[in-house]
Amino acid sequence: MTQATVQSEQSMTTAKADSLTAGLAPSAKNASELPKEILLKWLRDMQLIREFENRTMQAYQQAKIGGFCHIYTGQEAVAVGTIGCVNHDDPVVTAYRDHGHALARGMTPEACMAEMFGKVTGCAKGKGGSMHMFDRRNWLFGGHGIVSAQTPMGAGFAFATKYEHEVLGKTVDGGEAKKKVTLCYMGDGALDQGAFHEAQNMASLWGLPVIYILENNGYSMGTSINRHTANHENLIDRAKGYGMTGVQIDGLDIMNIYNEFKPIVDQCREESRPAFIDLKTYRYQGHSMSDPQKYRTKDEVDQYKDKDSIAKLASDLMEMGHLSEDDWKSMQKEIRDEVRAAIDAAEAADAPEDSELFTDVYANPEKNLSPTAEYRHGTKNPLM
Amino acid sequence: MTTLPMIDTDIHPAIVENPELPDFVAEHELPSRDGDRVIQFREALREAMSEEMRRDKRVFLLGEEVAEYNGAYKVSQGMLDEFGPERIIDTPISENGFAGMSISAAMMGLRPIVEFMSWSFSFVAADPILNNAPKMLYMSGGQFGCPVVFRGNDGAGGQLASTHSWCVEALYANVPGLKMAIPSNPYDAKGLLKTAILDPDPVFFLESERMLGDKAHVPEEEYYIPFGRARVAREGDAITLVSFGRPVNFCLDAAEKLAEEGIDVEVLDMRTIRPLDIDSIIESVKKTNQVLVVDQSWPFASIASEVVTQICERCFDWLDAPPQRLNTEDVPTPYAKGLEYNYLPNPDRIYDAVRSMVNA
Repeated sequence: MTQATVQSEQSMTTAKADSLTAGLAPSAKNASELPKEILLKWLRDMQLIREFENRTMQAYQQAKIGGFCHIYTGQEAVAVGTIGCVNHDDPVVTAYRDHGHALARGMTPEACMAEMFGKVTGCAKGKGGSMHMFDRRNWLFGGHGIVSAQTPMGAGFAFATKYEHEVLGKTVDGGEAKKKVTLCYMGDGALDQGAFHEAQNMASLWGLPVIYILENNGYSMGTSINRHTANHENLIDRAKGYGMTGVQIDGLDIMNIYNEFKPIVDQCREESRPAFIDLKTYRYQGHSMSDPQKYRTKDEVDQYKDKDSIAKLASDLMEMGHLSEDDWKSMQKEIRDEVRAAIDAAEAADAPEDSELFTDVYANPEKNLSPTAEYRHGTKNPLM
Repeated sequence: MTTLPMIDTDIHPAIVENPELPDFVAEHELPSRDGDRVIQFREALREAMSEEMRRDKRVFLLGEEVAEYNGAYKVSQGMLDEFGPERIIDTPISENGFAGMSISAAMMGLRPIVEFMSWSFSFVAADPILNNAPKMLYMSGGQFGCPVVFRGNDGAGGQLASTHSWCVEALYANVPGLKMAIPSNPYDAKGLLKTAILDPDPVFFLESERMLGDKAHVPEEEYYIPFGRARVAREGDAITLVSFGRPVNFCLDAAEKLAEEGIDVEVLDMRTIRPLDIDSIIESVKKTNQVLVVDQSWPFASIASEVVTQICERCFDWLDAPPQRLNTEDVPTPYAKGLEYNYLPNPDRIYDAVRSMVNA
């Protein structure tokens, strides 16, 4: 982030949008009543994800990023819109298509990009990579690589916040316990894993405040939804089967996401109940960087690109008089510079020392835990 | 100039600050093993959990039938009455689901104890317990640990046949990031489980249905047995028997009979498999120059394989004969009583193995 960006963000947040600085979700019922600063922040975050992901693809093609890499473009409104409805200290957990959630949660592009470059300045010091974005300070609990592994975990975070509130009467580190909501993101492929059904059952049985956000982009890797899950047009009926609130939301319009999703967040928080949201969205890129996409047509992709969520928000904001063409252009340029700086920083950063291989394996490393390795405590990220 | 990443890579404070791991004392400073407070193995386990739950409200127990049923094997009997349903939690039969939940509760700084009615049922939870718990600290770059205890019955019960008789130690101990404890008696069960609950890493705690009724003196006072320190369960100089968990008792039985024939075997109870107290093994081998590892998991890539390898690597020159292993026979677990007996390590098999290695 450049100094200029920091300043402009600061001036943006000082005005009316107290919720931006306090880390609290806004209270407005309708997105059109939200302060301009929040709406502009959404646009900025969505565009940041778009630009970040486009540059990520380039870096991947240049072999600067390894492993599996799943691109979030097309779905930006989902992460930004839903995270925009919760407090900063509400837990968030997601699957492996996680760069968007990391950025929307407040992880810096530098830390996110450096992680993918396998550098020591990455969020996990280069030990996690693209699929495992963790950021404790921003309440992001990963980035999980196995489809649906995060769904029982989502119930577990909700269990823990409820336990803090009802049993401990404080947080584990002695803070004030609050009613919290956990957001647990999943792709439509995760619908078909048993873990998700076990998680829903327990979440409803025990009244756990977790919201399962199905980012329904219509494909489980390369298998379209009509080929991978039964009764796919009525997914919210499944939630009802578990006694949970189930709502379908158009995920291409962020204002609409806010209007529909915010009341659910408030209700789950207040009543300590789970919910399931079928958020209809679309991914522009393949499942991962190695996907030739033979399972869908270019026409289909283009149809969705015509309904692009970022373009829609920008045009809405212009209509509302919150944004001019020039503002939009300069915002885009600012973001381009910011992401370029993130790439440069990731490029320039050091790779982890060889000794990092043996750190962070055990929180309490003891003698003779391994016949070949000697474990040590990890060092702090050197740039902190 | 670019700004610095805003990531806090310090480990979660709840994970390192609070376990207050005690200053572990030497074996002879632990409370005496002799006394008349004789209780069952299951009561020792319950005592360990209850003491830690009284001390620390972050600790809770969840699993199938742990609350209203009072525990499928009565380990948690009475705990619901004392701690209430918020902390003694009956789960549906959903190991994948509740084990997964415990991972994230632990990441948040709580300290779940997860009871698997049997470790044989843990395979449907393989993803959370193997892919998440032991790797969370590493893949988050040190930000999130996973202080959870998974405990339950390991190994053959009584004629439970192939699907319910798993010994998971060899499979699971393969994974770095976890610790594994496996007591052989009530005294160690209490002291090791208390250490497991305090430890900030995921601990796999292996009990045995066949030992839950075993009785011994267990001190009323609180004590913690450090991980990675074997106990010399019997001293001898003819050969070293290395074992852990239930087969330690078979070794001791065989040792009695062998002693009558003038063969004094040394029996090492490893108590934890990860960490593995190889130092004590080496010390003993330097004295006896012969070693037999008795292991209730299958022989191929077993704990015994690992122990024998480490012995060869570290004290080969002290051996008078090739180190040997005695495992469960390399077949699925049979049902018939006689077959099951012969399948498992047992005092007869151990006696025969020692006799073939040592001349009286």
